[in-house]
Amino acid sequence: MSIPLVTLLGRMTLAFLEAIGSVSSFALQAVRCALTPPWYRQQIVRQMLEIGYYSLPVVGLTAIFTGMVLALQSYTGFARFSAESAIPNVVVVSLTRELGPVLAALMVAGRVGAAMAAEIGTMRVTEQIDALTTLSTNPYKYLVVPRLIAGIVTLPILVLIADIIGVLGGFLVGVYKLDFNDVAYLRNTMDFLQFQDVYSGLVKAAVFGFLISLMGCYHGYTSKGGAQGVGTATTNAVVSASALILTFNYFITEAFFAR
Amino acid sequence: MSPKISLRGVTKSFGPKKVLQGIDLDVAKGESMVVIGGSGSGKSVLLKCILGLMRPDSGSIKIDGEETVALADGGRADVMRKFGMLFQGGALFDSLRVWENVAFGPIQSDGMAPAKAREVAIAKLGAVGLGPEIGELYPSELSGGMQKRVALARAIAREPEIIFFDEPTTGLDPIMADVINDLIVKCVSDLGATAISITHDMASARKIGHRIAMLYEGKLIWQGRTADIDHSGDAHVDQFIHGRAEGPIRMQVRKL
Repeated sequence: MSIPLVTLLGRMTLAFLEAIGSVSSFALQAVRCALTPPWYRQQIVRQMLEIGYYSLPVVGLTAIFTGMVLALQSYTGFARFSAESAIPNVVVVSLTRELGPVLAALMVAGRVGAAMAAEIGTMRVTEQIDALTTLSTNPYKYLVVPRLIAGIVTLPILVLIADIIGVLGGFLVGVYKLDFNDVAYLRNTMDFLQFQDVYSGLVKAAVFGFLISLMGCYHGYTSKGGAQGVGTATTNAVVSASALILTFNYFITEAFFAR
Repeated sequence: MSPKISLRGVTKSFGPKKVLQGIDLDVAKGESMVVIGGSGSGKSVLLKCILGLMRPDSGSIKIDGEETVALADGGRADVMRKFGMLFQGGALFDSLRVWENVAFGPIQSDGMAPAKAREVAIAKLGAVGLGPEIGELYPSELSGGMQKRVALARAIAREPEIIFFDEPTTGLDPIMADVINDLIVKCVSDLGATAISITHDMASARKIGHRIAMLYEGKLIWQGRTADIDHSGDAHVDQFIHGRAEGPIRMQVRKL
């Protein structure tokens, strides 16, 4: 039994388009619900803690080692043409524009996206989502909207903290390993840093936060078929969120800097 | 007097599978209707259609004479206010304490103050035979029978006009099943509520139902008073209530 290549290609294209349509209508419905009361403040605060506060250790760890390795690697490269003085600048610009948002978002996607899909997916298969509806509570408003809001708000804060910790990592390696003068290192860091570098990173973070929550909620909400379904939902949430983060990263960068 | 719940020609398919093929059903105010039928006969789908969790492909579902099939979010929420639902697995929110589960409807949907809702919750827990100390526990710390009772307390917490029971006795031992049956009869008569239950447990059906309807292959093949079910004159019904493997109803396993 062989399926012709064209049939397979067509089938995959259709499935892909169907997924895009279904995610879009889910997102649209969620955004519509976000704009009208009631808002469940307690849930928003809880999700902010879950997404933001409890992700601090893992994001901090990622940031400090990224900053450290950036300083070390760019030293190896830049020493070849005596451009060591550019290292602080390279570290801070790479972090704020690119590595801070992307790496933090990928870590959060793995940590939070999976948990979100598992929690909502379990609620789906144990009929807890139906129970919400019968208690006159819109599950979009109660489950999805707080997670989306928390994602959009907390990711930029996380990334800002990651930027600072990352620069600190670069500073430590620069001063204690590569024999930079500490004042000069910091001055170099600040002098060439532009507002747009940080700002574009934070915009990215907000978009990534939305995507992580959206994927976690969507895959959890649409999961079916017991434990296996929830497992699939969890995997799909992390994989799709990561892929979307990397894709959107390029397009946001282009929108900001292509001119 | 018009019926509390009225279904006409309700159909629902999933792909090629026709689950409901034209259901007509009337339930009067204060009446307890039990829908019986084998696994996969479409009982749950029927219940979800009436509740509005699923939209039927065609047909009409009227609650208090109001058509509910095409209702948008706002109107749907108003109709939901009349409903209470006991889910098969309980469907308790596992992140909330027992009393928060029971008080969920009053607090989140009716805007009751938490302190007052807590009193209501404890009173409702008392009505299903659970002490106030149970309210502080989480659902995962309770036995299956206790979870069912908490779920029942949550279903009646907003004093609904209509209560739905999805296999209320499934997975319970015979004694606990009878306790739940007694509680259901008591709660429904105390509230003066209209009830629709689905079950395949005949002891439960006889105990809680004023009337019984049998669902088979997407159609209601018989309905009548509970007392009449033993001489329904329908071979399918007879086979089902006596639990016989032999008869007009062929189980899917035989086709292998």
